[in-house]
Amino acid sequence: MGEAIVITSGKGGVGKTTTSANIGTALALQGKRVCLVDTDIGLRNLDVVMGLENRIIYDLVDVIAGRCKLHQALVKDKRFEDLLYLLPAAQTSDKTAVTPEQMKDLVDGLKQDYDYIIIDCPAGIEQGYKNAVAGADKAIVVTNPEVSSVRDADRIIGMLEKEEGIEPPRLIINRIRSHMMKNGDMLDVDEVTAHLSIELIGIVADDDEVIKASNSGEPIVLNPNNRASIAYRNIARRILGESIPLQTLEPENPGVFKKIKKFFGVK
Amino acid sequence: MKKLQNVTIRGTKEGLTLHLNDSCSFEELKKELQWKLSETSRLHDGNQLIKVNVQVGNRYLTEQHADELEELISQKKNFIVDSIASNVMTKEEVAKMKQEQEIVSVTGIVRSGQVLKVPGDLLLIGDVNPGGTVMAGGNIFIMGVLKGIAHAGCFGNSEAIIAASVMKPSQLRISKHINRAPDHYDEEESKEMECAFINEDNQMMIDKLQVLMHIRPNLTRLERGR
Repeated sequence: MGEAIVITSGKGGVGKTTTSANIGTALALQGKRVCLVDTDIGLRNLDVVMGLENRIIYDLVDVIAGRCKLHQALVKDKRFEDLLYLLPAAQTSDKTAVTPEQMKDLVDGLKQDYDYIIIDCPAGIEQGYKNAVAGADKAIVVTNPEVSSVRDADRIIGMLEKEEGIEPPRLIINRIRSHMMKNGDMLDVDEVTAHLSIELIGIVADDDEVIKASNSGEPIVLNPNNRASIAYRNIARRILGESIPLQTLEPENPGVFKKIKKFFGVK
Repeated sequence: MKKLQNVTIRGTKEGLTLHLNDSCSFEELKKELQWKLSETSRLHDGNQLIKVNVQVGNRYLTEQHADELEELISQKKNFIVDSIASNVMTKEEVAKMKQEQEIVSVTGIVRSGQVLKVPGDLLLIGDVNPGGTVMAGGNIFIMGVLKGIAHAGCFGNSEAIIAASVMKPSQLRISKHINRAPDHYDEEESKEMECAFINEDNQMMIDKLQVLMHIRPNLTRLERGR
């Protein structure tokens, strides 16, 4: 019996989908059976980030409407031997096509076959959010170190705490720019965690490579040397129960970085 | 008509006290009151206003009955009703009164979009985050950081106060008074606990906690042990 984790944030554009894709992939790298579920019906893009868009035949709404079997709709990620699957959202319906009860049944079904179900939640606090949260056992809230995003995270945490059957949510601070944080131009990690007062499960630096990776449909965790990749891998290991210290947030030093690249290049 | 004394009138230093019988019907009572009052108004003929205290004993008065009595008495010029006292209250009134005098303690964080409302005093052990609201019919005490909105005396009690360990509210409201936070808080934050209250000039003031015992001595509810 696996566990379902919903990735949510309230505010849009903070990196929910990227985080879902990378945590899911990182868990698969650890040898777990993972199913990614995109609940952003009408605005799906987890499939794009995973590079699986053109293999979609059926989607979540088809499964719920009974037009296909659950296993027919699951898209297998060829990079992993039978470990990573995606249940894509529909692009043609909207969020009202699914009810929270149906979602819960669906996720409960998936929990029989997979170790982890990663549910990518849409932005907002309406129907789509309610659907995404319905089947989840755990929740991870993604925020950026900026006031508006933290405010929305606070709202979502309040709602998740009222939700029954979900463990207290944990926090990922995404898109950290260490030089801005150092100068005090950005909320720092301690400030955000103290404000939201929930457990911090990871911090991820803002890295250009993440965007490149998303565009090419290769989650950044597949690149073992990137700092954002290491951050996501660490989050996955913390989900598995390991205790790993947080990364230090030194601004990337081109000198050192080049040296490392050279070192690997020579090797 | 003069079989029973349903209405007794006594003069006191403060004015008049009307004792109304609680075992006759209300209609009977009104009739006799009218008759008695028309008699007495002949006795008091001056321009001086006379305060009237009404004691209705063990009769339960609805608001409508109380209004009728008051109207009846005020018809006689220079009579003003000072108070109407009854020994009887309904269960709901008692429950409401009890709730309004209770301190409700809550631990937790009031997050953005959440509203915590209590009929009496509120003791919150935790923070109020920006966008969160706490409301109380009475006073609000916060052991934590107040960054959201606090509304004390929300049913119209401007004696109510708001106290917090760290006062950084986005808005403070007491009864009908609203005060907005400064646009920026000073970098060096004050380490003192603070409280907000309405002063004699109807202005909202924020001061250190220690002034409370002088401006709101009735906040002390210690009865035994003195």
